[in-house]
Amino acid sequence: MTTVLERDGLLGAELDRTPEAAKDYKGKVAPDWCPGCGDFGVLNALQRALFELGRQPHEVLMVSGIGCSSNLPGYINAYGMHTLHGRSLPVATGAKMANHELTVIATGGDGDGYGIGGNHLAHIARRNVDLTYLVMNNQIYGLTTGQISPTSRLDMKTKSTPFGNLELPINPITSTIMNGASYVARGYSADVKHLTQLIKGGIEHEGFSLIDVFSPCVTFNHDNDFAFFKPRVKKLEDAGHDPTDWKAACEKAMEWGDTIWTGLFHKTDRPSIDSLEPVLEGPPLARRPLGLSDEQAKGILSKMM
Amino acid sequence: MSSKGLDLTIAIGGAAGQGIATPGNILARILVRRGLHLYAYNAYQSIIRGGHILLMIRTRDQEVHSHGDKVDVLLCLNQDTMDRHLGFLLPGARVIYDADKVTPGEAPEGVVLCPMPIAELAGDSKNKLIQNTIALGVMISLLGVDFSVLDDALTQLFKRKGAAVVDENVSMARAGFDHAEANFDHVATPLPDGGKPLAVWTGNQALAMGGAAAGVKFYAAYPMSPSTGVLHWMAQNARSAGILVRQVEDEIGVANMVIGAAHTGVRAMCATSGGGFALMTEAIGAASMMEIPVVYINVMRAGPSTGVPTKTEQGDLWQALGASQGDFERFIVAPKDSLDAFHTMADLFNYTDRAQCPGILISDLLISEGTYSVDPDAIEMHPKIDRGALVTDPSPNGNYLRYALTDSGISPRVTPGYEGFVHTVATDEHDEDGVLISDEYTHPHKRRRMVEKRARKFKTVAADVPAPVLEGPAGAEITMVGCGSTYGVIREAIERLADQGVVVNHLPITWLVPFHADEVSKILTAANKVLIVENNFSGQFARYLRSETGFSAAGHIRKYDGEPFMPHHVVDGVLDLVKGDSEIYVPYQEMIV
Ligand SMILES: Cc1ncc(C[n+]2csc(CCOP(=O)(O)OP(=O)(O)O)c2C)c(N)n1
Ligand code: SF4
Ligand SMILES: [Mg+2]
Repeated sequence: MTTVLERDGLLGAELDRTPEAAKDYKGKVAPDWCPGCGDFGVLNALQRALFELGRQPHEVLMVSGIGCSSNLPGYINAYGMHTLHGRSLPVATGAKMANHELTVIATGGDGDGYGIGGNHLAHIARRNVDLTYLVMNNQIYGLTTGQISPTSRLDMKTKSTPFGNLELPINPITSTIMNGASYVARGYSADVKHLTQLIKGGIEHEGFSLIDVFSPCVTFNHDNDFAFFKPRVKKLEDAGHDPTDWKAACEKAMEWGDTIWTGLFHKTDRPSIDSLEPVLEGPPLARRPLGLSDEQAKGILSKMM
Repeated sequence: MSSKGLDLTIAIGGAAGQGIATPGNILARILVRRGLHLYAYNAYQSIIRGGHILLMIRTRDQEVHSHGDKVDVLLCLNQDTMDRHLGFLLPGARVIYDADKVTPGEAPEGVVLCPMPIAELAGDSKNKLIQNTIALGVMISLLGVDFSVLDDALTQLFKRKGAAVVDENVSMARAGFDHAEANFDHVATPLPDGGKPLAVWTGNQALAMGGAAAGVKFYAAYPMSPSTGVLHWMAQNARSAGILVRQVEDEIGVANMVIGAAHTGVRAMCATSGGGFALMTEAIGAASMMEIPVVYINVMRAGPSTGVPTKTEQGDLWQALGASQGDFERFIVAPKDSLDAFHTMADLFNYTDRAQCPGILISDLLISEGTYSVDPDAIEMHPKIDRGALVTDPSPNGNYLRYALTDSGISPRVTPGYEGFVHTVATDEHDEDGVLISDEYTHPHKRRRMVEKRARKFKTVAADVPAPVLEGPAGAEITMVGCGSTYGVIREAIERLADQGVVVNHLPITWLVPFHADEVSKILTAANKVLIVENNFSGQFARYLRSETGFSAAGHIRKYDGEPFMPHHVVDGVLDLVKGDSEIYVPYQEMIV
């Protein structure tokens, strides 16, 4: 079979073979992000993490919302769902519950995850679904050509705030810790090596992990660009931070000046909802036979008599 | 009347918190155990304490299609119930009440008052709900049933609470029974016995069970009346039936979560009411675009916005039709009663699986919260399951195209986890291989062929959905058309009209999308006079019928006060509309509940 892409001369990599290098996780099409966009670094780190963990492409399901960053599933050699704006987390939750053998990774932007999808983030954190959520936080709406996002700084001038932003940004690290998340980290897309470690940690962690990534939008956010972050980002790992100390984590996450912390803020061990659900014991729901057994049917009917 | 034999309605009225459900359940169990059919309609309000509740249990020795027109035995648990409903009673009806607390007022002629001296009968019982148990004893006596039947039922119900509770309830019921035997006559037709025992369920339980039987493994919901019964059944049976059940933060989350689950290959469903359904619509379009089969249930309440949460209406038809932007493939079906709802679930899942698109089932409070008797042998717990082009044992053969262009429009579907089939599904328009054609690579020809592919596959499967069938005598004077839950009341009205020499037949519609425009047109253009019965103000079904067929009905019977049609409302409407003076008949709701 020839794919449409081959026909139209658009096809990139050959897909779904056992990867021998991180580049074998490249997807069907090359990313259409602006040259220099922070999201390249995130994609790169993710591909490395999957390779280093030995995850096969068919074992991974990437779920995204809508935005520049949410285009990521198309650029990676894995199963993907490019869902609605803000809805990656519920879709990913459903997929993980129905097939708990999949490695489920949700991705998207700050608008997608902290704005329109914010309610889902609060609840997935306390629910502790065993999946990893990578937010490419560029503090702007990229795809819609540059309006403020929930993480844009006060006074920031954008197309939707020509006279300056009057609203405070939210802090996804402290709020997600407070909502009960069991793994909360922040990466920087220019430090692919560090980010790779954080992503690997998130994937291996049992339960929900949020990895917020500074992933500058070089086209629409000239306030928080690479030049802004470069001198400021420091690693918690170098400062001897104890990730089990959530109060210290929140204090570090509130710092926003000459030092901005990246790394693993908070990690705690508590069972994921997948492991608490007796219904999920055994093979994935998706691979079980459909319909009721005779015994189940009889049990149900007898309750009605 | 063709309804010979038993046709008896017992109503229990009081305030929320007065414990109406328990005597209602006991009566229902007693009835179905004797093989009697029933339908119970509970008129209630969105309040946990106070307000007015009226539970009407209608029982017959044949199938019951509506809550009927009358009350034969009214139990008033408070003065309010007496004041509201005494005037509605017909000669021969009995009214049971606490003689110490409730005064009957002016009873219509022939209505038999059955006062209970509760204080005297209750003695030193401190149980606040004891009047309900005493009243049950009275009721059982009036119905000509042996006391041992009630004794058994109470013993069963209270045995977990210990012997003392059983003894108190049985002795109080006995006191009521003895008092009634000594003072009141039995009703004209005592309850027969000896029929095949029946089961009871609500419409919501039928929907949930229908899903379980069809193989649902994932259920998500956000509570919303009148759909919450589906969640409760699912939660209660989750572990024994192997269904993962989640209460989610909002209906947007619900609608998307079921998509994620369904994409991995399970059958997944959710239920809500209009407000929640509004929040689901973007996801429904997403399921359609990504070609993922999921079932969405909308149990209609009355009105737009929060509306009337505890009242019924058929007002969400156009909401279901418009439940996404763009042209989108989806089935829409409105079952006619609980058993039909149960079986429709499997059919709907099969069609949605085959066409790889969402399915919408619209029910309403009347069906979903109504309690029905049902012959357990009529419930097919192992329905046919057809998963269409879902490939469950795939062997890789090169480049897999999730949205392969085929003649039928149906593309073989492989779910995540299989080696050699890696692909991405997208809510953006995409090409055969799932790659987006929405931003950088927009292409009018590709867009057109994908639109046409999805339309084609829907048409392929829709061709197998059965067309509606005309019920009753051909060439009838009048043809009545209804959709969904009006089925029962129309059917009963037609029987009544036949007794009066008016010959009417009936075209019940359940499948709305696909709509069988040709078949329906043929039937209706050949009909003498077509009347549409529907439970809304604007004639949503009539408008849809016109849009699909160009056919306009001669008359309309509509009700939009929150209460369901009673058979006489429809009968009166037909008799009024045949005169030809008006086009719309709106019945008057006599019972204020
Ligand atoms: C329901 C809905 N509302 C609005 C949009 C338009 N929209 C697409 S992406 C986006 C914001 C994207 O910002 P972000 O999530 O931060 O992603 P980025 O492009 O910055 O990576 C918006 C508002 C949409 N697709 N759907
Ligand atoms: S607009 Fe910004 S976020 Fe989007 S691709 Fe370009 S640089 Fe990246
Ligand atoms: Mg952004």
